[in-house]
Amino acid sequence: MIVRNGNVVFRTGVEKKDVLLKDGKIIKIADYIESDGEREIDASGLHVFPGLIDMHVHLREPGFERKENIESGARAAVKGGFTQICCMPNTNPVADNKVVISYIVNRAKEVGLCKVRPIGAITKGEKGEELAGIGGMKKAGAVAISDDGVTVKDTRLMYNAMQYAKGFGLKCLCHCEDKSLVDGGVVNEGLSATIAGLKGISRASEDIVIAREIALAESLDCPVHICHVSTHSGVRLIRDAKRAGIKVTAETCPHYYSVTDEIVRTYDTNTKVNPPIREEIDKQAILAGLKDGTLDCIVTDHAPHHEDDKNVEYNLAAFGISGIETSLGFALKYLYEAGVLTLSEIAEKMSYNPAQILGLDGGEIAEGKAADLTIVNVDESFVVDSSKFESKGKNTPFNGYELRGVVKYTLVDGDVKYQA
Amino acid sequence: MLKRKDMLGLIDTSAEEIDEILTLAAAMKAKLRAGEKKFDDLAGKTCTVLFYENSTRTRTSFEQAAKYLGATTVNIAAATSSVAKGETLVDTGKTLDAQRNDFIVMRHPMGGAPYLLAKTVKASVLNAGDGMNEHPSQALLDMLTMREEFGTLRGLKVAILGDIKHSRVAKSNLFGLKKMGAEVTMFAPETLIPKDVDKLGAKLCVSREEALDGADVVMGLRIQLERQQAGNFPSLGEYAAFYGVDEKTLGYAKPNAIVLHPGPVNRGVELTSGVIDHERSRIEEQVLSGVAVRMALMKLLNEYRERNC
Repeated sequence: MIVRNGNVVFRTGVEKKDVLLKDGKIIKIADYIESDGEREIDASGLHVFPGLIDMHVHLREPGFERKENIESGARAAVKGGFTQICCMPNTNPVADNKVVISYIVNRAKEVGLCKVRPIGAITKGEKGEELAGIGGMKKAGAVAISDDGVTVKDTRLMYNAMQYAKGFGLKCLCHCEDKSLVDGGVVNEGLSATIAGLKGISRASEDIVIAREIALAESLDCPVHICHVSTHSGVRLIRDAKRAGIKVTAETCPHYYSVTDEIVRTYDTNTKVNPPIREEIDKQAILAGLKDGTLDCIVTDHAPHHEDDKNVEYNLAAFGISGIETSLGFALKYLYEAGVLTLSEIAEKMSYNPAQILGLDGGEIAEGKAADLTIVNVDESFVVDSSKFESKGKNTPFNGYELRGVVKYTLVDGDVKYQA
Repeated sequence: MLKRKDMLGLIDTSAEEIDEILTLAAAMKAKLRAGEKKFDDLAGKTCTVLFYENSTRTRTSFEQAAKYLGATTVNIAAATSSVAKGETLVDTGKTLDAQRNDFIVMRHPMGGAPYLLAKTVKASVLNAGDGMNEHPSQALLDMLTMREEFGTLRGLKVAILGDIKHSRVAKSNLFGLKKMGAEVTMFAPETLIPKDVDKLGAKLCVSREEALDGADVVMGLRIQLERQQAGNFPSLGEYAAFYGVDEKTLGYAKPNAIVLHPGPVNRGVELTSGVIDHERSRIEEQVLSGVAVRMALMKLLNEYRERNC
């Protein structure tokens, strides 16, 4: 296949090129490629991104298929421009052993849409008591380990987990949350919590664990990855650690760089997410952290839920936002259009860096790389309408938001898996 | 004229609306004082009182208000209802609506719950307290009591002391009093102050003296033992010693200052018995204000319903 005449987003900048794909690989990139009778995609006026990678999603299968399953999640992913997604292990049963990991890998192959890379649990049942079968999960296809949703409370166990996982080339992806400080909180602790009369979650509950994981990484000289950073102080901790040479990487999500916790005041339970959406100072620090490289990746923390999980009192509602179909739109509106990041930098945060951190294929458009491409009209805007989501999770607080950038084609290993 | 189906909080109630409610409530209160208890404004209407938390004062006050106005009232205690069987608030609301209720008075332990109910039902929802959020009828009855005492709310200095962080009463009073031109000072251990409440116009004080200095109204709020158990302060005794109001500290307020408390009172903790039973105490007066304010609210919401529903 030839992707013709597109604005190709390289790491170094955007150039108009033809891209030849064969046997699932990028074979050739040139100003003009002679047709050999292959299928062609006319990408004139469109941008060709390296296939987007979301290293933090929840697919809910096995166990919570009412909220999402691997098929609906993968369908949503390719519509959102993602060619590769990494799913968190908080399923039922928890993905804490090779059997569940193999199930996810096989089910994703049957679905055959995007690449699904499972993340195994750090501890059995995400209970924070004993290490999960890390080696076995790696062999079955796990690309990292995480107890996402909870912090491994016991510091010694976390220390051992990082050290042991290093031997298998697996990183710990750390959900940072001191539960004793959260104490039933549901939104950011601040003016909006006070106005709404909802219990607040302080920044310190997140920062304390970020600081602990950094200390462990330094002590062990072991890489560690911090999940969904939401606080300005967390950004500073990570920036300082990076400057000191500590092997820490970090991610944030669209809802942390685009809006503030004022949106919780309507009691829309779709605004309820963990960690909570915070204040302007945090949003600005997240934007600065994305710009200066403190924050390596943009993930969605795609957390689909059934309507029944959200159509309840705010305190009782499930945490999470269904975000995989709006992530690129947020990036192009709130980062590219706002002048925070270039298209190449967006591709770095949403493809190259996740691939580097987890050792995945793809991540850039270069000869020899996997033929994973996301072809986008970056100038076309769209209005969020969750009733049209492919995901079973319609839980977004962003209905009616005008975003920018419409995915026209998503190619995985050279095959068109989504076409607008 | 109230321009709302529901009374959920004072956050979005205008000064004009508050004034209208208080003016009608004052007239109602005068009639109640004169022994008049039979009105027909809500004849043929149904009011369900749905309480997910314990209460004597607020629940009976709403019930009496509805009955005095001629409505049929039904009482639901969550512990003995389908809620105990796991029914969601939305489904409970749909059921109450299907029974053609005109008013639902709800108390709920979670902030924002009345907003969910109001969105679900055609009935008018009156928030009788939602978690740490609001308790609008309590603030209105407090304001009525103050206005009757001083003639106006404008320029009054109201000192609020006690567990402000978890108090929906403090918040509704803050919203209402600021709109009516009063000044609000607060004093409590910092562990019992809501974050950024100063940004809503409250003046945070560092001592009882500062908070009470020149105050027209001294409002105590209940200190619950569970707050001590959660580590917000060391003991009720230490609270009383450093943060409680006794007759001596009451002396920092104006000589004609009044004492209010939403109840139930913890004697000897937030206020001493000497203060509670002081001749300047209006704690019992608040009770009658409560019935009058709730009658006024239901009458005005009913007029809105007649016009719009």
